Amino acid sequence: MEKTIRRYWPVFVVPTLAAFIIGFVWPFLQGLYLSFCKFITIDRASFNGLKNYIFALTESDFLHAFWFTALFTVVSTLCINLAALAIALALTREIKGTNLFRSVYFMPNLIGGIVLGYIWNILLNCVLTLLGKPLLSLHAPYGFIGLVILMCWQQIGYMMIIYIAGLQSIPGDYLEAARIDGASERQILWKVKLPNLMPSITICLFLSLTNGFKLFDQNLALTGGDPAHKTEMLALNIYQTFYGRSGPQWKGYGQAKAVIFCVLVIVISLFQLRATRSKEVQQ
Amino acid sequence: MGKRNRIKDRILSVVLGILCLAWVYPIFMILFNSLKKETSISTGTAFQLPTSETFAGLANYVNALTSKGFLTAFWYSLVITISSVVLILVCCSMCAWFITRVKGWYSKALYYLFVFSMVVPFQMLMFTLSATADRLHLSSPYTICIIYLGFGAGLAVFMFCGFMKSIPIEIEEAAMIDGCNPIQTFFMVVLPILKPTLISVGILETMWLWNDYLLPYLVLDRTKGYMTIPILIQYFRGSFGKVEMGPMMASIMMNIIPIIIIYLLCQKHIIKGVAAGAVKG
Repeated sequence: MEKTIRRYWPVFVVPTLAAFIIGFVWPFLQGLYLSFCKFITIDRASFNGLKNYIFALTESDFLHAFWFTALFTVVSTLCINLAALAIALALTREIKGTNLFRSVYFMPNLIGGIVLGYIWNILLNCVLTLLGKPLLSLHAPYGFIGLVILMCWQQIGYMMIIYIAGLQSIPGDYLEAARIDGASERQILWKVKLPNLMPSITICLFLSLTNGFKLFDQNLALTGGDPAHKTEMLALNIYQTFYGRSGPQWKGYGQAKAVIFCVLVIVISLFQLRATRSKEVQQ
Repeated sequence: MGKRNRIKDRILSVVLGILCLAWVYPIFMILFNSLKKETSISTGTAFQLPTSETFAGLANYVNALTSKGFLTAFWYSLVITISSVVLILVCCSMCAWFITRVKGWYSKALYYLFVFSMVVPFQMLMFTLSATADRLHLSSPYTICIIYLGFGAGLAVFMFCGFMKSIPIEIEEAAMIDGCNPIQTFFMVVLPILKPTLISVGILETMWLWNDYLLPYLVLDRTKGYMTIPILIQYFRGSFGKVEMGPMMASIMMNIIPIIIIYLLCQKHIIKGVAAGAVKG
């Protein structure tokens, strides 16, 4: 059977593969090459060695964006996962209205980043005006808090769904056995539920880490990087370097930054998956 | 279940209920602001419900619908989302079937390449991808689905492969022995079994595509007036001059309403799809 299927590869593989080459492989390789070049359009690129990388790694805006992104990612990952886990635990107790709660918490995920950004921009600016404080785009710490609130509002529901699925897949015998042995609710949580939930925790941490690190739409719509690039995250910084500046050198810098960004995301993903995979228990 | 537990549950219900209101409020706020007069929408008064003085009825909606090309943007968003999702579902499931059923180094290499593409951030490709799309004349809403198929293939192939491994191969073998060729086998035997996964992947991709901003913004040829709703909303804010708050609020609502309707209609599938996607991811 394998042989027969293999003969049909033009039908099965070629459409996806061709699009994949157009939409991923070719631009990826070209981007890798261009990060070593000075260019405005792709046709007119001159080799530039490591200059782009040296510039990117010494530019203060880029370094600031890196630390801002790192801090944001850590804070939002913690907030989202703790809250999502707490809500998931509450919703698996079979209290009234579980279905309604679950639907409502999940809803913001269906709304796009740009729209979410504007909704919260309006809402938070109104709160700040009523409190007599500077607006979001004028005071970087508020911008940071605003982004965290926005991300929590959006992502808690998503992670909650994953945690609920994880909690429901724990065999009831485990919990019953623990109860018969006289375990308290707290012990059941720490010794039975959490270890068995490790696969879900891995996934959620992975998703919220990479989502936070790659955040763009929300950042653009909520603060746009104001004031003075102080709330700019890596993705937005790269975008601004590409399209917000004129001059023949900037596109090369932007591409070099993008490669660094890409490497960072890959490293985080690998490291994180390895770190939590080792803590998973066998069922 | 003791009495204490019941009280605890009741308190929990109340807390979760309050949280629910906090979750709905931002959308509710946009809704009543979109019914206000343009001049009465400001950062200081966004929390005030419309009064008889500031109530504008549906004027903002009419305004947004008639000007600024909202309907065109809506149409393009719809075309892009539907064509891309259909293309991704058909092509990626075929590709995934081939990868799981045919063993060999190329299948493995292809699989890991797709997985790798899931991790790479869009910023890495944005400049070269939009240039490639331009050169190949893929920068219209009717052809951008090819770009989406390429860029979105990773997640879809990965999820299909994960599910494909659990389908018993005997069913397919039986079909082949009965005289089906691989194409018939795939569409008449494999695809029906795959239905739950198709729904899951379809939902995840739809959520992504409908809301995607940067890719269509960079790839679509804006000199020809191609826009999607997220791009349009970003335009309302504009980098120059004053923001037209009224029509913007109305467009935000009109972007959200179809999503919420679809969500209410097939909520069960959506939540299941997300959970399934995560387990495979």
